[in-house]
Amino acid sequence: MGIEALALQGLCIRLGGAQILHDVTLDVAAGSFTCLLGPSGCGKTTLLRAIAGFAPLSSGDIRLGARSVAALPPEKRGTAMVFQSYALWPHMTVVGNLTYPLKLRGVAKAERAARAEHILDLLDLSGFGERKVTSLSGGQRQRVALGRALIIDPPVLLLDEPLSNLDAAIRRNLRGELRRLQQKLGITTIMVTHDQEEALSMADTIVLMRDGRVVQVAAPQSLYTRPADLDAGRFLGVDNIVAGRAEDPVQATTLGFRSVEARIAEASAANALTRHGTVLDCAYTGGGYHLQLDTGAEVIAAVSGAPIAPGSEVCVAVPAASLMAFGPDQMLLPN
Amino acid sequence: MKTTFVETAMSGARHLAAQVLPAIMIGLCAFVVFGPLVNLFMWAFAETWFFPARYPTEYGFDFWKRVFRPRAGAWTSLFASVWIALATVGLSMALAVPAGYALARLTLPARTLIMLIFLLPQAFPSLPIFVNIARMFYGLGLNGTYIGVVLVHSLPGLVYAVWIATAAFAAVDRTMEEAARNLGAGPMRTFQDITLPQAFPGLIAASIFVFLDSIDEFTGTFFVGTPDISTLPILMFNASMGGNYQIAAITALILLVPSIGFMLVIERFLKADVLSRIGR
Repeated sequence: MGIEALALQGLCIRLGGAQILHDVTLDVAAGSFTCLLGPSGCGKTTLLRAIAGFAPLSSGDIRLGARSVAALPPEKRGTAMVFQSYALWPHMTVVGNLTYPLKLRGVAKAERAARAEHILDLLDLSGFGERKVTSLSGGQRQRVALGRALIIDPPVLLLDEPLSNLDAAIRRNLRGELRRLQQKLGITTIMVTHDQEEALSMADTIVLMRDGRVVQVAAPQSLYTRPADLDAGRFLGVDNIVAGRAEDPVQATTLGFRSVEARIAEASAANALTRHGTVLDCAYTGGGYHLQLDTGAEVIAAVSGAPIAPGSEVCVAVPAASLMAFGPDQMLLPN
Repeated sequence: MKTTFVETAMSGARHLAAQVLPAIMIGLCAFVVFGPLVNLFMWAFAETWFFPARYPTEYGFDFWKRVFRPRAGAWTSLFASVWIALATVGLSMALAVPAGYALARLTLPARTLIMLIFLLPQAFPSLPIFVNIARMFYGLGLNGTYIGVVLVHSLPGLVYAVWIATAAFAAVDRTMEEAARNLGAGPMRTFQDITLPQAFPGLIAASIFVFLDSIDEFTGTFFVGTPDISTLPILMFNASMGGNYQIAAITALILLVPSIGFMLVIERFLKADVLSRIGR
């Protein structure tokens, strides 16, 4: 079917009295990897299900390439989805699962077997074809689910938290594998995740969502360094929010920075935000120490190479380049 | 020394009591459960057994020959019973599969309400219901017909069938259906290829319940079917009323066959996760 771009135009979804999605407009470039990122309940999965045709739209349009698919039932859309639970069919073998979509399309038996073999090779599952899906491990099931979606050569691949049911080590491996596969096939991919690290490491573009709205659409680096507002910053690991002072290198109502950027300094450094405070707590985190610091006005988290006894008076400095400046409306100020 | 001896003796007695008491309890339960069955077996093979005798005075297969004689009607009754049961299964399942699927996909309060309404006929004593059905069937000319008997048997059969089918369909993971839809299967194809195979064990169990209930059914058949249609329970009733305990016992033993078959099949087919969803 070839690779196609996806465009969402003013998507609204109401369920009962609640509005799940508010006017979501988004352009997904052909062949790109896009992550829908946000806390649980932000509407990211609903958005993905809306693209697949499982969540009826109240208004808006979904365009795949040149055609509108908003009015089509799921089976006519051609989007291939990998479900969080994988949703493999336990009464079929691995090959049975993989070839069922081809059977529906009337592909001849020999051709089906060849394409299943190709997919098994691609996903490093050779020899597993005749196994029952219930006898596979989590990672293997995940790959079968991915293969079942890829075998129809879909214009768009939809992934609903595909890695969340796996343990940490396998998850890290599969992240890279999934990304390489996506780049090799060049398939337009949209992945839902609540894990910012996953989104940052895999996506070309991250769509940050909150309360059924798109908050920010940006590349991973710019999302990480310049979150659109305070809440987005907090979600992306900005754990220190302090009130701005006149002597700070950047003038703003509030300043945000990550604790890894806050280091113990001897004296007030030039072109840096500095705060004096009492150490409340010092915990070893492997490779360094994590400090909690009471400055009188707020509690700051910082890192240190050496342990510091609680009760000590210290000074922390944050380089100006690591500061994020937020205005009185909590929005990020332009540079 | 003395004290240790006494202690040993006491612990021995306690040990004995701990072993013997449960054995007696199990024996009593077994007697309650199996006593009537043993009596049934004795009657089935008793050639002569008259009042003062505690046990049959003569055993043999004479009555078995009599029951299976072409003119005795046991074969006709057996076939009638099986045909009626099969037709009841067919009718009940034809209605229960779509109904169960629809109910399983309903949200919970509505589903519970409909399922309770479905139970309602079972809540009333069956006799007045069957008497009124018989009255209605007279008007419709259904009395004494196989269709009439099948319809009467389907009344309780449907309750089992719908409840179990609903549980079976509710146990099917919805995302599996969505995966099929997503990959190109229409709603009917999805039902046929994904939902039905998943729910199959539960539907088999429902069919078996309906079959057994129909094979065993007496009251409805008595009001609607007799004298034109005689099933095994009717034959057994007539034999018992006529004092023909041997014939009644043999018929009862024949009725045991499908029940035992059922127990074996249900153990194989019915998964715990289906059973746990019945009535939900």
